[in-house]
Amino acid sequence: MSAQSRTAYINARLIDPVAGTDSLGSVLTIGDKIWAAGPDAFNEDDHDNTDIVDCQGKCLSPGFIDMHVFLGESLEATTRAAAAGGVTTVIIQPDMDPVLDQVSLVDYIKRQARDAVVRVRPMAAATKGMDGVEMAEIGLLKTAGAVAFTDSRQAIQKAQVMRRILTYATAHDALIVQHAEDGDLADGGVMNEGEVSTRLGLPGIPAEAEVMMIERDLHLVAMTGGRYHAAMVTTAKGVDAIRRAKADGMKVSCGTAPPYFALNELAVGDYRTFARLSPPLRTEDDRRAVIAGLADGTIDVIVSAHDPHSEDEKRLPFSFAAPGVVGLETMLPMIMELALGDHVPLTRLIHALTVAPASLLGLSGGSLAKGAPADLTIFDPNISYKITPDNFASSAKNSPFDGRPAQGRVLKTIVAGKPVFAAKGW
Amino acid sequence: MNTLSEQSHPTHRHLIGIEGMTKPEIAALLDLGDDYLQRYRDDAPIDKVLTDRTQINLFFEDSTRTRTSFELAGKRLGANVINMSVASSSIKKGETLIDTAMTLNAMRPSALVVRHNASGAAALLAQKVSCSVINAGDGSHEHPTQALLDALTIRRRKGRIEGQVVAICGDILHSRVARSNIHLLNTMGARVRVVAPPTLMPPFAEHLGVSVHHDMREGIAGADIVMMLRLQTERMHGAYVPSTSEYFRFYGLDAEKLAHAKGDALIMHPGPMNRGVEIDTVIADDIDRSAIQDQVETGVAIRMACLDALCNDIARGTL
Repeated sequence: MSAQSRTAYINARLIDPVAGTDSLGSVLTIGDKIWAAGPDAFNEDDHDNTDIVDCQGKCLSPGFIDMHVFLGESLEATTRAAAAGGVTTVIIQPDMDPVLDQVSLVDYIKRQARDAVVRVRPMAAATKGMDGVEMAEIGLLKTAGAVAFTDSRQAIQKAQVMRRILTYATAHDALIVQHAEDGDLADGGVMNEGEVSTRLGLPGIPAEAEVMMIERDLHLVAMTGGRYHAAMVTTAKGVDAIRRAKADGMKVSCGTAPPYFALNELAVGDYRTFARLSPPLRTEDDRRAVIAGLADGTIDVIVSAHDPHSEDEKRLPFSFAAPGVVGLETMLPMIMELALGDHVPLTRLIHALTVAPASLLGLSGGSLAKGAPADLTIFDPNISYKITPDNFASSAKNSPFDGRPAQGRVLKTIVAGKPVFAAKGW
Repeated sequence: MNTLSEQSHPTHRHLIGIEGMTKPEIAALLDLGDDYLQRYRDDAPIDKVLTDRTQINLFFEDSTRTRTSFELAGKRLGANVINMSVASSSIKKGETLIDTAMTLNAMRPSALVVRHNASGAAALLAQKVSCSVINAGDGSHEHPTQALLDALTIRRRKGRIEGQVVAICGDILHSRVARSNIHLLNTMGARVRVVAPPTLMPPFAEHLGVSVHHDMREGIAGADIVMMLRLQTERMHGAYVPSTSEYFRFYGLDAEKLAHAKGDALIMHPGPMNRGVEIDTVIADDIDRSAIQDQVETGVAIRMACLDALCNDIARGTL
């Protein structure tokens, strides 16, 4: 019966990441699908049997797809936070207890997700127990619904293991997602290696740890023809390596997360554990390079890397604190910083949050095309406020953006044609 | 948070690191330390300015000399001094650093002297407790009282700090003593060189305002002060140097290398020494050249100065 419900989102600034357009128009949804989008999508004569949502000139885009979310809190809290952040599909990382490396666990996540307010899909471990040694059941897991394979926070260190995974995965057209960090070079490090780490007396992780792993993997991709995605690229060297590979015609992709384009290593300041991430925050030059990579399309995807941690895991000396930050609810203001401050086109940024992850993962969302899922995000690109973690839907408050002046806020999130989040007055 | 004690102690000053301290602040602490040292040597009376005050030495790392030095400093000023070491602490029972500190804080000490193997631990505690925190060494970050006592030792032996050429030699990478000394000596106008094998030199060391040397003879050439650091084997996660004998051959202070420094160069070492690894025994024990025993005595005086200044919130000079 909901299949019959019609909703028109009118007076919207449509951000269409597939067409690359940013123009006024409407979206008509019927049931859980998009029926039409564009300047003529909605005919005033159809008023009678249609719910009207007046977008008042605010932005409307396909719902965001976040391919890097850790289940550090309940699925309920995670998906509420996602909805509040305009995210309509969350991809859960396999780094859970137990590690998501079996079909039964994929089924478990799917069952749990039935009651969730947004769509939930898991990535599965690339190796059993994420031990970096034995290949997981890639074919069975993919058939069960795993959208990609990764050892999450752990890089697949052994070249031979990575080679075999990439080779084997070609038979199932499975995407292998790598935490691109040479574990040996990064061993013991807790922040970027440089002047700041020297001053603070903290062991550093050099930028080379990232680019060495990317370059090794690129050789393996060339050998095997596997589908490869570097989860989060954070350094100028890493961005350059991917840019060169793409120029050479290699089918590789990569992502990054807002902390890497909004912050640099100075955020660690006086041992601020909320600025401890893996990979670590890098230098200002690296930050600029990440922005350039987003602008020219070298970096395909933006992820939140949402990683909730309690106070107890963060109120520790820097070296002992858990790495990771929450991010579902700050993605939009952070990309608006790029759109407004660094002049990266908004359509390009929304592309990295919608159609890019959808096509990598083989999902049907991420576009405004007829027949696409009616997953939509309505946001105000201009409203300014201060980021206040206490207001987050997420139960964790470990945001490095606490108190940061921000611009851009999600007003309404729609999943399968139904609103799952609405700001006050929406 | 213990709001009550925060209200009763509205402001507390801490000694977390030398970085960020001004020249007059440092000079004032050195003056006060000098005064205490002289009084002690002269058997002059020392005011028990910390009578009825409690000082807790919270040591998460083994230490004999620093803890003893702080204990003696507190007692000479009349404080009740309590020592907590990691073996007897509740950290072993799973209590966090913060919980331990908050428990001790509830006992209302005037000063918490903390040593911890994690860089930033003292700064973290200072945010959470309502008494003065003195950093007695945090990881590879800072050891401010060591730098102050070194500075006072230099000032007494050489008359002034400004213009002295100081060569700090050894494991700079892991050394909190090196970092504190670099900041202090630079602030006070000395010229600082650091000498280490490339694997024990921190990245971008030159950004700290020092000249970087990998050849010890070149590094100590014409130096007024040769400050040796301990080779901190317990901090080594991997092989930074091939062997202690190779290290001694190239970076150990012996008579031949020392001959490149000024004829009256002063030799310092924060202790404990690895004799035959970073310093030749004969040199370490040469009372004309070595200030190592002075450093220990000066250490008690400078810690008295720090405790006095912080606990009594005194305004001496610009401090």
